[in-house]
Amino acid sequence: MYPLTEPIGVSHYMIVGAVMFIIGVVCMATKRNALGVLMGVELVLNGANVNFIALGSKYLRPETIGLDGQLIALFVIVLAAAEAAVALAIALNFYNNHATIDVDRADELKG
Amino acid sequence: MLVFAAINWHSMLFFIFAIFACVFALLMLVTNNIVRMAFYLTLALGATAGLFMLAGAHFVGAMQLMIYVGGTLVLLIFGVMLTAQESFVTMKTRGGDWVLSIGVGLSLFCLLVVAALSMPDFGGPVQARQQVTAVDTESTTPIGLALLGVRVDKLSELNDVLNQGMCGYLLPFEIVSVHLLVVLIGAAYLARARKHAAT
Repeated sequence: MYPLTEPIGVSHYMIVGAVMFIIGVVCMATKRNALGVLMGVELVLNGANVNFIALGSKYLRPETIGLDGQLIALFVIVLAAAEAAVALAIALNFYNNHATIDVDRADELKG
Repeated sequence: MLVFAAINWHSMLFFIFAIFACVFALLMLVTNNIVRMAFYLTLALGATAGLFMLAGAHFVGAMQLMIYVGGTLVLLIFGVMLTAQESFVTMKTRGGDWVLSIGVGLSLFCLLVVAALSMPDFGGPVQARQQVTAVDTESTTPIGLALLGVRVDKLSELNDVLNQGMCGYLLPFEIVSVHLLVVLIGAAYLARARKHAAT
């Protein structure tokens, strides 16, 4: 009953995905640097991707969601790239206007 | 030697990659230095690419390395470098924020672990690793054809209800293409120099 001799199942992958998701959420909540919040978002998206890949993997269980998992993961990766580009542009704009990157100081909703 | 032969190498590599991913993500959470956060995030995402390849998703793992680690994180690191003034490199979080978010995070984590452990394995994990042939027949053709709207992996879907959804991903693919163009223009518009707008 050593863990290294047992085959792993989809639950192992989902626990890893849950760990990354939670760390990303806590990162978003605690970091004061806007770029740190952005990195938390990336970690959350990756945790979700781990679940998609695990549920679509034919190595982990006989009945899977098939290729859909990989395709959704690809879309998530592409959309995360787009999201990072826009969020970075907004963060740089905020930094240029207010000379700070602290999200606690971003409490006025006018340009 | 017997112990060595009994090791399931799939599990072994999984635990290595999983520990790398979780530990570097945790280090990213506890450090206050934004530059170190970017570095730890790179390592965590690289370990996740290893997990993807271990689960059989070779193409997605390669894309993770190329787009995420090679593209998105370089973008983030540029952002870090552009805003790395003395006072913004390390920003301390207040103690109350830590307590509140760790409490919420741990309770949510318990919920997710219970959900993950209650996941039915549909007859348990695949046992017969030894019967996998050495010839790797993986190719990216099914993924490419699915993006074009043809599901070669599910041509013989017996369930009629599921068969209606087997139409591929052509429309999401086109939407993502246009979305990337919009994002490109929008990001360039947002990040342009302010002086030109004033005049």
